Amino acid sequence: MSAVTDAVRTAAPGGSFGQSVRDSLVVAKRNLIRMTRIPEMILFGLIQPVMFVVLFTYVFGGSMQIGDTTNPDVYKNFLMAGIFAQTVTFATAGAGAGIADDMHKGLIDRFRSLPMARGAVLTGRTVADLVQTALTLLVLAMVALLVGWRPGSMEPTNFGKIMGGFGLLLLLGYAFTWIGALIGLSVRTPEAATSGGLIWLFPVTFLSNAFVDSSKMTPWLRHIADWNPFSATVQACRKLFGDPGLSTSGAWPMQHPVWASLIYSILIVVIFRTLAVRKYRSAAA
Amino acid sequence: MPGAIYAEGLVKTFGDVRALDGVDLDVPEGTVLGLLGPNGAGKTTTVRCLTTLLRPDSGKAVVAGIDVLKQPNEVRRSIGLSGQFAAVDEYLTGRENLHMVGQLYQMRSKQAKVRAVELLEQFHLTDAADRPAKTYSGGMRRRLDLAAALVVSPPVMFMDEPTTGLDPRNRQQLWEVIKDLVSGGTTLLLTTQYLEEADHLAHEIAVVDQGRVIARGTADQLKARTGGERVEVVVHEREHIETASEVLRGFGKGDTTVEQHTRKLTVPVTGGAKLLAEVIRELDTRGIEIDDIGLRRPTLDDVFLSLTGHHAEADDQENGTDEDAKGRKGKKDDKEAAK
Repeated sequence: MSAVTDAVRTAAPGGSFGQSVRDSLVVAKRNLIRMTRIPEMILFGLIQPVMFVVLFTYVFGGSMQIGDTTNPDVYKNFLMAGIFAQTVTFATAGAGAGIADDMHKGLIDRFRSLPMARGAVLTGRTVADLVQTALTLLVLAMVALLVGWRPGSMEPTNFGKIMGGFGLLLLLGYAFTWIGALIGLSVRTPEAATSGGLIWLFPVTFLSNAFVDSSKMTPWLRHIADWNPFSATVQACRKLFGDPGLSTSGAWPMQHPVWASLIYSILIVVIFRTLAVRKYRSAAA
Repeated sequence: MPGAIYAEGLVKTFGDVRALDGVDLDVPEGTVLGLLGPNGAGKTTTVRCLTTLLRPDSGKAVVAGIDVLKQPNEVRRSIGLSGQFAAVDEYLTGRENLHMVGQLYQMRSKQAKVRAVELLEQFHLTDAADRPAKTYSGGMRRRLDLAAALVVSPPVMFMDEPTTGLDPRNRQQLWEVIKDLVSGGTTLLLTTQYLEEADHLAHEIAVVDQGRVIARGTADQLKARTGGERVEVVVHEREHIETASEVLRGFGKGDTTVEQHTRKLTVPVTGGAKLLAEVIRELDTRGIEIDDIGLRRPTLDDVFLSLTGHHAEADDQENGTDEDAKGRKGKKDDKEAAK
């Protein structure tokens, strides 16, 4: 009996950074195991963006004006960064639903009764979601190439820049899962977390430069689109991928999209991680 | 010196409802306290306060010698929690669940694995070790849940309604497991709606109602409060109630209570079986036909009724099974309390 207790590492109460990392990885592993046991979740997560790629490319493709052309090939290359960015933000709903489900089933209470690092349950979840997002992006990029996306169709690019673009997308997705975590901790049921995690994403992703050329919007909408954090990542990806349709707006995030994307995403992580961890500590009652 | 679990004046309000209204507890080391009460009485809220899940508005709590409010993380190292709300992951196998919990108790991965194997063995789950917990029966899941609470062999255990929703056979089995556990010296606080369970497992019982401990003592002490044994008669004809009541008055040591619609009469007595035989003879002489007669020793339910003025069982049937059907809902008790 005592041998077991002695085996428990005598880490400082509240936990060191090392303990945080270790506990987060334990929880991330748990969430990844869960994902492999519910493969249909991954599948559904893939079907939707693939559907968007196909629908937008072929249905909208011929009637969208980007700059001064309505060439469907230009729209196709313009569109992909938007779809990628929208897809990574949809991870929000998954994170929210997962955490709400854990609350509902009593797992959060189990975790909160254990001597583990405070933020680890949420960090573990968001890290697992990041892995899933990366997988989804990989499949999506292949589908995009299949339907005719060609990075560098407008400006020259290179492998490093393309990876940089995907890095920004992953960071955006990671930031948004923290918003999802906060939603998941704030609602009563997993169902509410799913819809609550999705609804606001539509205005956020559509009031942007993702699917249309924002310079054609009414001025007040254009301002929203220009300053939308989501637009910054889309613009940054277009720039890094060498895709057509870069916004020529003078707004700072459109002029310095890579920096803007980085700053926005990090800000979102800092703000929502703080709020979510605070909520977690007092959660479930 | 305070016991392994000590609480003084715990108060917790949700909105304008006082879920806990000054709970005092003192559980000596190595003993079992049964916290008995209907849904919404404040049992779960008490456990949640003592296990660091909920911060009381005021009051003091010490578990395993550590102040719960000041050093919650130290307390978490010394406790195991099992029951309605501290669940296992249904998509993970039994082994994976225990391994994960061990690691989160800050055991090294390898040691956590060895410990998982021991526990699976101890709780007869070895054959199911590599199946997702989703496929387990209710009883198996509770055993896994209990195993998860025992990963570090904590000196203090909390079990919140450990057998709610289990069938009698599984309940018996789990009782045996719990008895083994406490014979090893673990201090246990157990909440239950089942009077029989508290009677069976606990050294001492604290009856909780509306956020307060309204009585405490051993099962025998509490039973003595209702005034010992009684004779209960159910007469066949309604018009015989009057006469039967007269007969019982002759033998009784107190007032006879009559339930008209069930034709049941109850009277406190002393004298046991011999007296019962006399009552039967007398009723027979008077020509009163009876459907049922018996000598009843008070159950804890009677204790509960006499203390609170309402039955414990009614709540149990309404919510106990309902609860199981919906799965384990963590906030249930608190929600009830908030109503």
